[in-house]
Amino acid sequence: MKKKKALLALAGQPNCGKSTVFNALTGASQHVANYPGVTVEKMTGSYRYDGMKVEVVDLPGTYSLTSYSPEERVSRDFLLHEKPSVVVNVADASNLKRHLYLTFQLLEMGVPLVVDLNMMDVAERRGIDIDTQELSRQLGAPVVPTAIKKGRGKKELFKSINSVAGSERSPKPFNVDYGPLEPYLTQIENEFSENGAAFENYPGRWLAIKLVEGDSEAQKLIREHHSTPGKVLEFIENKRQEFESKHNEKPERHIAFSRYKVADTISRSCVKPKAVSTQPLSDRADAIICHKFLGPLILVGVIYLLYYLSIVQGYNVTNYTWPLLAKIRSITESFLPAPGFIDAPLIRSMTLWFVDSINALLNYIPIFFILFGLIAILEDSGYMPRMAFILDRIFNRYGLHGQSTLPMVLGGIYVGGCAVPGVMSCKGIPCERARFATILTIPMLNCLAKVPLYVLLINIYFADYKGPAMFFISTISLLMVLPVAKILTLTVLKNKDTSPFIMEMPPYHIPTIRGVLGRAVERVWLFIRKIITIVAAIAIIIFILLQFPGLSDERKAYYDTEKDRAIAGFYQKIEGNPYAEYVQGENLMALILYWNKYKNAKMMAKGKEAALAINEKFKAENPAFFKIVQPKRDKEAKSVNKAFKKLFSARKKLLREIKKEKIDNSFLGRVGRAMEPYTQYAGFNWRVNVSLLASFAAKESSVATLGALYEQEEEGETLETRMEKGEKGFTPLHALALMLFMVLYPPCVATSIMVKIQTGQIRWMIFSMLFPIVLGTAVATLIFSGGTALELTGLQAMIAFYGLALAITIGMGFLKNKQKTI
Amino acid sequence: MTLDNLRPGSECLVKRLNAHDKLGQRLMDMGVYPGLKMKVIRNAPLEDPMELELDGYYLSIRHEEARFVEVEDR
Repeated sequence: MKKKKALLALAGQPNCGKSTVFNALTGASQHVANYPGVTVEKMTGSYRYDGMKVEVVDLPGTYSLTSYSPEERVSRDFLLHEKPSVVVNVADASNLKRHLYLTFQLLEMGVPLVVDLNMMDVAERRGIDIDTQELSRQLGAPVVPTAIKKGRGKKELFKSINSVAGSERSPKPFNVDYGPLEPYLTQIENEFSENGAAFENYPGRWLAIKLVEGDSEAQKLIREHHSTPGKVLEFIENKRQEFESKHNEKPERHIAFSRYKVADTISRSCVKPKAVSTQPLSDRADAIICHKFLGPLILVGVIYLLYYLSIVQGYNVTNYTWPLLAKIRSITESFLPAPGFIDAPLIRSMTLWFVDSINALLNYIPIFFILFGLIAILEDSGYMPRMAFILDRIFNRYGLHGQSTLPMVLGGIYVGGCAVPGVMSCKGIPCERARFATILTIPMLNCLAKVPLYVLLINIYFADYKGPAMFFISTISLLMVLPVAKILTLTVLKNKDTSPFIMEMPPYHIPTIRGVLGRAVERVWLFIRKIITIVAAIAIIIFILLQFPGLSDERKAYYDTEKDRAIAGFYQKIEGNPYAEYVQGENLMALILYWNKYKNAKMMAKGKEAALAINEKFKAENPAFFKIVQPKRDKEAKSVNKAFKKLFSARKKLLREIKKEKIDNSFLGRVGRAMEPYTQYAGFNWRVNVSLLASFAAKESSVATLGALYEQEEEGETLETRMEKGEKGFTPLHALALMLFMVLYPPCVATSIMVKIQTGQIRWMIFSMLFPIVLGTAVATLIFSGGTALELTGLQAMIAFYGLALAITIGMGFLKNKQKTI
Repeated sequence: MTLDNLRPGSECLVKRLNAHDKLGQRLMDMGVYPGLKMKVIRNAPLEDPMELELDGYYLSIRHEEARFVEVEDR
């Protein structure tokens, strides 16, 4: 053995078990999926066998090696430029002919090949008997029969890889006979072989074949490296035309036909005819799963189950995980400097804000984990292509794709999804235009975080029509997504590549627990790694924008006097009381903290015993304070308790006023005010503006910010009543405009990052943030200004808008898609 | 006649691909070529797309794409 290190590339068509082979070789946690195109990324791993260290690169699963799709280009470039020391071509033994089509293309590239004839068990079950030695002889490359999923043939594969990778001999050339095209190929090969050095990296016959196929990347090579590219390309074009007119067939068609002809001949000579062909189990299953009536019913059932298990049950799980997050918060809090009577140290409020922002996202992890696990099951079982098959007709009308189904479901087609996994799962959509349209419209669906604002506004302004209003808001988003997707495909996306729908319907598989859990963990980890870090940074920025420049000295002095007055009042009331001595000076603040801690502990406690235990604990900690908190029959303690309660609520009120004033004064507050002249047509005052701006980090905070802006006048008033009081001029029309703006609200930070990852470009991320703002403002303005002009009530405006959206959606469905180039 | 006109259950022989560029290439890559025997298995619940069986595996294709496959009914 000469070489000790080897680079291995794994190539193969989709659904040949390539990912399983990858896992078997490297032991990585990635897993087999039926959904065409799951391994779009470059997966790598490594192993050591018999002294050889092997780096494994898993190329995307492709049917061919043209330059039509990015996956095929990636694979091809890797093979040409990285020069792997061995290429393992995984082929499905039960479908030999089709898989040989790719094998020939690999052989033509002159790569050192090992053919892994996988899924032998499936072939045997179908009565297909393959003479692998004969196949190996005809191909001139080693053929290893395996059933990797069952662990069969793994050792032989390792050995074969080592022997090919360790050999210095260049692989035996294998040529498909292209018949009448052969003389043309020879002429073309001669045409640039004279150019010598520039092309020595490329196999001559392969390049000639690609050029005569009219391959754009091969033409680019000529333009870049040839001394007289114009002349050569013209020569080739003439030859192409000459062939076409002579044989009434395009050369690229002829090449593909010839490959299939040879594949047919080879597979006939190596495969013994199968005994009796029975209808495969998968097809029998499809008779039900894709049935005219049962199919859609099953689909609805699957979607419902997905919702129920992840959103509903996942939400229940968060009831158990939330206390853990709350614990993290309280532990963090214990390390921070204690708050003052009215002024909290900056480091304290900033850290707590930071922890709260992160916790808000971490809280979703149980939901995501279940969701990602279920998606993995759908992918591995083979149901996804069936979903696309059933719904493609509807989505196709709006420029989307059958495979947009799952992303849409995840994004929240009804109420309660999340755009992050939605955008993430767009990866599988093969048609670039439809993929972009899906990515850009998913944030308009109803994610979980939008719901609190809907509920708040509906409870105040549509209290008599809660049901219909909720139905309106849940379904209106889809009625906007479809026409917007259509408009995007007809405008900004019109030059994006489209691909034909043609899709393989792979046999059903039973997913493995290891594979499903592995992918769920992997995706949750991606979420944590890529998203939480950036959200943390944005949270700090928003905090600064909301807190600074803060209060003026004059106002600070004002609040200080207020504070002194409240405290003085308290001491006056308890003068002469025996308990007064315990609450002097710093002890007053200590009592406030003690009081808070006690109330919190009581609130968390479940059952009588726990409550008693807490009492004992606090009593032991500070008996005097405990008496004030729980005076029972002690008259003097009772009077201190009463006075203290008053002081406590005076402090709360001051804190709230300060918070509000800080936000009023803050940079974000100023922006909100500056925007008011423009947003008033949409019915948004500056407070609404501020809360919308602040909710960019996470939409959950829209309600929280509104809560801070509408100050509580009496203890225990709900935000609903406060908002109603605070906004006398606010009508259902305002609320409707605000809700529709929320539907169209730009993606949150987390989703924006996902958009960047999935589109690969910052400019699409920026576009995904800008167009909803424009659209949302337009819709809100239409509702508010239009509704005001026509003197509509909120309900009338709601009905009118629903009708309009429905009409536009139906109308758009009839609009012709831009004719594809065929 | 073209593939999109066939009803579920019918079998046919591919005569010619009239599509060029991407669709043509894709059809070829997925194993649809002249001389191939295939069978229309079913239409989707909303009629489009259709599902085909060729050489022991299954493909789905939209009718607008099937229009470009010239076939001979058998």
